[in-house]
Amino acid sequence: MMDKFGFSISKGRQINYESNDRSIAEYISEKEPTFRLCIECGGCSATCTTGNFTSFSLREINILLKRGENEQVKNNIRKCMLCGKCSLVCPRGVNTRNVVTLAIQAFHNSAGHAV
Amino acid sequence: MDKHVIIIGGGIAGLEAGSKLSGQGYKVSLYEKSNRTGGHLNDWYKLFPDRRNSSEVIEYFKKIVSDSGLKIFQDTSIERIKENGNGFSIYSDKGEEVEADVIVIATGFDLFKSSRKEEYGYGIYDNVISSSDLEAMFRAGEVVRSDGKHPKRTGFVHCVGSRDEKVGNLYCSKLCCVTAVKQAIEVKELDPDAKVYCFYMDMRMGGAYYEELYREAQEEWGISFIRGKVSEVGETIDNNLIVKVEDTLLGRPLKLELDMLVLMAGMEMSEPGEKLAKASFLKTGENKFFASADHHFGSNLSSIKGVFLAGTCTMPMNITETISHARAVVPDVIDYLEKKG
Amino acid sequence: MQFDIFVIPFNIGLYFILIYSVTRCIIWFRDLSRQDKLRLQRGFFGRAFVQSLREIFMESLIHRKILRSNFRLGYMHLSLAFGWFLLILFGTIEADLFGVKHLNPPYKAIFFRFFNPEHGRTGFESAYSFLMDLILAFILSGLLLAVIKRFYSQIVGMKKATRLKVVDKIALTSLWMIFPSRLLAESLTSGAYATGSFLTGSIGYWFASFLPAAELAYPFWWLYSISLGTFFILMPLTRYMHIPTELFLIFMRNSGITTGDKAGSFSEVQTHACSSCGMCIDVCQLNSSLSITHIQSAYLIKAIRHNNEISEIAHNCLMCGRCDVKCPVGIELMPIRMIQRRGSDAENTFGNIYGGYLREKRPGSADKSNFNHSYDFVPAQEPEKADVVFFAGCMTHLTPSIKNSMLKILDASGLRYTFIDEDGGVCCGRPLMLAGRTREARELINLNSEMISKTGAHYLVTGCPICFKVFKESYYLDLEVVHHTQFIKMLIDDGKVKMNFLHKRVVYHSPCDLGRGSGVYEEPREILQHVAMLEHTSFEDENSLCCGGSLGNMNINSFQKRKIATDAALKLTRDNPDILATACPLCKKTFVSATSVKVADISEIVAESLNHVNVKQEHSPMLNSAKELVK
Repeated sequence: MMDKFGFSISKGRQINYESNDRSIAEYISEKEPTFRLCIECGGCSATCTTGNFTSFSLREINILLKRGENEQVKNNIRKCMLCGKCSLVCPRGVNTRNVVTLAIQAFHNSAGHAV
Repeated sequence: MDKHVIIIGGGIAGLEAGSKLSGQGYKVSLYEKSNRTGGHLNDWYKLFPDRRNSSEVIEYFKKIVSDSGLKIFQDTSIERIKENGNGFSIYSDKGEEVEADVIVIATGFDLFKSSRKEEYGYGIYDNVISSSDLEAMFRAGEVVRSDGKHPKRTGFVHCVGSRDEKVGNLYCSKLCCVTAVKQAIEVKELDPDAKVYCFYMDMRMGGAYYEELYREAQEEWGISFIRGKVSEVGETIDNNLIVKVEDTLLGRPLKLELDMLVLMAGMEMSEPGEKLAKASFLKTGENKFFASADHHFGSNLSSIKGVFLAGTCTMPMNITETISHARAVVPDVIDYLEKKG
Repeated sequence: MQFDIFVIPFNIGLYFILIYSVTRCIIWFRDLSRQDKLRLQRGFFGRAFVQSLREIFMESLIHRKILRSNFRLGYMHLSLAFGWFLLILFGTIEADLFGVKHLNPPYKAIFFRFFNPEHGRTGFESAYSFLMDLILAFILSGLLLAVIKRFYSQIVGMKKATRLKVVDKIALTSLWMIFPSRLLAESLTSGAYATGSFLTGSIGYWFASFLPAAELAYPFWWLYSISLGTFFILMPLTRYMHIPTELFLIFMRNSGITTGDKAGSFSEVQTHACSSCGMCIDVCQLNSSLSITHIQSAYLIKAIRHNNEISEIAHNCLMCGRCDVKCPVGIELMPIRMIQRRGSDAENTFGNIYGGYLREKRPGSADKSNFNHSYDFVPAQEPEKADVVFFAGCMTHLTPSIKNSMLKILDASGLRYTFIDEDGGVCCGRPLMLAGRTREARELINLNSEMISKTGAHYLVTGCPICFKVFKESYYLDLEVVHHTQFIKMLIDDGKVKMNFLHKRVVYHSPCDLGRGSGVYEEPREILQHVAMLEHTSFEDENSLCCGGSLGNMNINSFQKRKIATDAALKLTRDNPDILATACPLCKKTFVSATSVKVADISEIVAESLNHVNVKQEHSPMLNSAKELVK
């Protein structure tokens, strides 16, 4: 049935929404409900101190986690310096630093060893 | 009829409601805090969606006022409403007390003061201006920087003071997106070679012909729309501006230097209106505007019986909606006065 | 007779707690580092010794610090502690003076009236009895307050009393029973023998009129002994362990021992010295503004002692230091909390077992993470050479008015400076430190240190107190680190800048990391007095409030932070000043959305009032080239 919609053509590209593991996003949402408020405006990434030096986008990290694309987040999340500029800029009031800290915690817990 | 209606606020909502009620034969007194009526309408040059001249709408109001014989008191601020027997008393800043049977509040809105978003540099960098500053330039016929030059690269920042938890305004001001699109086109009209950029979180084009204006802006005028919230603005030695923004659709930071930056300031509850609400014990909502008795079928009713609301003192509205809302208060008022007897 | 079996519970209790306390102190001493051991040994001689005795008298007995902030609470503690001390002291003298022998075991003094029922009828003896009754009455007045406080904390002006565990409650009950049972036992005996003074004599007389006083007295003596014995035996399990521990702590502290970065004997002694008086809960703004009452220092210390789940308690704190400066025992609350935040970074720690009677060593769980360099992506920086480095800090980039004001002032100073993080530099590292991630913070510290040392500068001026604190405490730089207010004061004193007077009424909010955190109170105030009309508030210096913007607390969200900010702003602007002045970009940003009063940084006020005749018209060469970097 799925074949008829063309989903079988580019398997590598597609986001397997149902089979992706969104438990990390769920862990974060439970402990920090404001995580759910993100509208991907990109203000955080724009002001980010780390973003000045390397490709690091909290907005991208948020959406990747929400879609369950955790692999791309795992090796990047510790680049955050926790400076707090993002929380000062976020128009939705997302507690961004806690989101990062919880993400690191979640990866640490699920991996059994630290990220 | 000998019933006395007092309208607080001489903007278009007050003028519309006042004229209609006066035309129905009631004794209507309208109090306006400044020395001119029409409110914010006087500050706009061309109106969306079709960029018609605001003077036409101003003419309409001049006519209905003179036709209806509405009595207007200018330079008078109303500070408090008090229930007085079967009616009300209002108290002005000059110490006058006037009695009325019914009150219509039409205190309108204030534009968000952009200096509150310090990171955008309003009042700090020379060439950061607000949407109302730009409108004044349109009226004067040219857009100029502090050094007298015409900007070749102009940026518009959406959602300044709206949808922003940091300034305490969670709501959307509704009209700034279409205003930005309109002003972007007007900038291009004055200088077709200019580059114009709009930095948005969402494009909210929820009115008649708004989306069509957006299409026109893209197709005919070549205005660039970049999805990303501007986080901070910096200044160069030539007083140009550097915006720090992420192009969220590409997922990469964008580097851009501009000659002028326009901040789309949102609509807020007016400060005199807020003071009036507090002094008169009228309910305001979490968004600080006057709270209507019911969202759906009582939007002209305030929390006090006999005190009615008209226009943008209840929520952000465009001119069409404001006039409709002001017209809707008329049968409510008449109904109330008949029942009171 | 000179002995009765009822004294046995008391004897067991007393000898137990004495031996236990001394043993504990020896164990704690043994676990000190060699340096600290030497310090402590020296501390038992000379000036430190006298200082310690003085502090023991003034704080452990008189409770001067509590008396000063909260008289009723102070009186309650004073009457119980000092009163009991006097009772023991004068009781011992009484037993030695009037007793059969001149050197007596402790029980003779405590139960003097039982063993000398005829004593006190005349002359000096009756005067002495009066003294003993007076002391007992003094203690009972405080006890009454304590009982009421447990149920109605406003009686001592506190909003909330500390919550207690079951063991604490049993110990508390036995403590409360000691003095009433003494009163009743002494009164009944006095009634039977027609002795006693104004308190015990009168009550005894009344009892004897309708009760068999002589027979009834004996059970109450038993009760008195059992209450004492129970209290002493339970002491190590409860907060009352603070009584002996506090004495040891005072000697340690006056010997120059400090908490430092790691858990150890001193931090352990401090956690056992906490009396749960609740002062820290009272001054905490998370309590007053948000009604969060489970994370204050008293609870943190309790959790450490009882090995409870501590992570949330440790991290949910503004790190503002208000509790630290208020603690009457002088426990270093902030460093202790920081140690808990570092968690897995700690080495071996000790934990209480068997309710607290014993302690066992716990191996620390060193962070076995396989990351080593989180911040490799930062390229080597090549800054310009200059005499003064201006480090704006992350937050200052969001307050361009402060940034521009500082540049204006630096220009006016005529000094050769470089704006080292103009393009957005590397974070100073304090936010990571506050989160307990010391190793990563060290990485950032190394990066910044290297960059700053390349400039060859003599001064580092920070735009933000958060950066200032970490630069001063955790960096090893070869130059003088100053906050921008200290720098401006230097310029004023050197006559390098001249300013016009601003006729505006100003109140000053002292940022936590600048004031309590770094002890910089004078300079900001003096600048404001020099340049504007500075007014006083009830929240100055150590009593200053926290704006709520704290980078030290990730557990509360922005709505909660704004509530703290709004409450604080309201208190500071009670007299409607023209300007609410501060010295921190984060405080400024936090207050701007919490009050309609104008909020300004000291640098902005100074820049605005700079006498323009003295400001150089041309930009300094440093500034020009710095701006070109932006392109």
